[in-house]
Amino acid sequence: MAEKFLSGDEAFAEGIRLACPEVISAYPITPQTIVVERLSEMVEDGSLDAEFIHVESEHSALSCAMGASATGVRAFTATSSQGLLYMAECLYYASGGRFPIVMMNANRSTALPWNIYGDQRDSLSQLDSGWIQAYAENAQEALDFALMSYYIAEHKTVSTPFMVNLDGFILTHTYEQVDVPTPEQAKAFLPPYETENRLDLDNPKNMAFSAGPDTNYIFKYKEHAGMLRSVPVITEAEKKFAEIFGRQYTGLIDTYLTEDADYILITLGTIAGLSREIADQLRSQGIKAGVLRIRYMRPFPTEEIADAVKNAKAIAVLEKDISFGNEGAVFTNVNSALKSQGVTAPTYNFIGGLGGRNISHTNIIDIFEKIRKGTERVNFIGIEVNQ
Amino acid sequence: MKPYLREKKVFTFEDVPEDTSFEAGYLVTVNAGWRSIRPVVDTEKCVGCSQCYLYCPDGVISMQDGKATIDYDFCKGCGICAKICKPHAIGMEAER
Repeated sequence: MAEKFLSGDEAFAEGIRLACPEVISAYPITPQTIVVERLSEMVEDGSLDAEFIHVESEHSALSCAMGASATGVRAFTATSSQGLLYMAECLYYASGGRFPIVMMNANRSTALPWNIYGDQRDSLSQLDSGWIQAYAENAQEALDFALMSYYIAEHKTVSTPFMVNLDGFILTHTYEQVDVPTPEQAKAFLPPYETENRLDLDNPKNMAFSAGPDTNYIFKYKEHAGMLRSVPVITEAEKKFAEIFGRQYTGLIDTYLTEDADYILITLGTIAGLSREIADQLRSQGIKAGVLRIRYMRPFPTEEIADAVKNAKAIAVLEKDISFGNEGAVFTNVNSALKSQGVTAPTYNFIGGLGGRNISHTNIIDIFEKIRKGTERVNFIGIEVNQ
Repeated sequence: MKPYLREKKVFTFEDVPEDTSFEAGYLVTVNAGWRSIRPVVDTEKCVGCSQCYLYCPDGVISMQDGKATIDYDFCKGCGICAKICKPHAIGMEAER
């Protein structure tokens, strides 16, 4: 292992080098660009033995990765924001075809108004696309997701594409100390990709076909079941990862002081770090605060969240997203989970950080204060609005 | 060569593969129900140039004894073969 000073994008590229994909096809878009720049340099200097295919669009980037995956090789692509939306059609093709491609998405606002800064509206709009969705909090976790994502996606029982999300700029462009494993360790962790779902001259098959009303529904059910089977595989991957790399992850969610907390903030991505600082500060004042970070939005941690917050007096969901005309998509998912598990504590939605607007220390203190007193069901933090 | 046609059957849960890759032809069944006009080959005029065979988007034309033959189980009636036929050996006739 080697300690390096890397940005989130650079750490992810290091993780992908260790995963040794055979084909990388990508189109650059801020704030993802550094990932594909580093990977193209690695291919150029020979430290990564892969085909790097420069494509003319994101639609082509994922189509190309799918073509590569259909020949039975490990494929990688990366995008952000408008790029993710442009490849949306292909997201469903890749998941329906059960091609275990890994994609890094740099979470960024979507136009209009045009904006390159971070929020989570791009990936959260694609929750139903059939991709596993993970959200990293720091550069180390980003690198580790790069390795673990292939283990989980390519597992024979899962065979589902995997999207790893990094908060634009806040994580993609912030430098941190990162522990970069050795290629030998990576090889010991990640088995080679083997599949029957590929073009094979010795065993010719019909691939990526159409299916009428009689069978289509069964294909969709099996896609759903495959995604759900990733849950035990995530546990298995994290156990093996800890044995080899010495870092233990916590599955679909990551909790902080939630066991005895009266007030719990549920969020995802980088803002969890600041939220934990605030929880500590409130605890020193005698307020029992806790933080729950969602690591996986798909498969969704229904039972895990409900179990972690079941004794709370009030719950906040903070997200950089809004489903216009309703509320934040994370809030909808959390409420559905709590209802199904019989958790009745009041829940409040806090929408913030859209278009890269900073979520401050005082904003988070304010969230805890509001849920202690009770507030609107949906709150827009940091702006004065007449609702 | 005509494609292999399976018997019409109800697929069970186990019959359906996990991913969209499976033995070729298994899911294929007759598919020509929406044709309103059909190409008909005049074998006297057909010179066996194979242009219709090359252009047919559904691959339903084969050459037999040097003449074009059409598989009506899969022909959609698009008429491209009739357009491309230089000796005007293919005519489009209404389905009845």
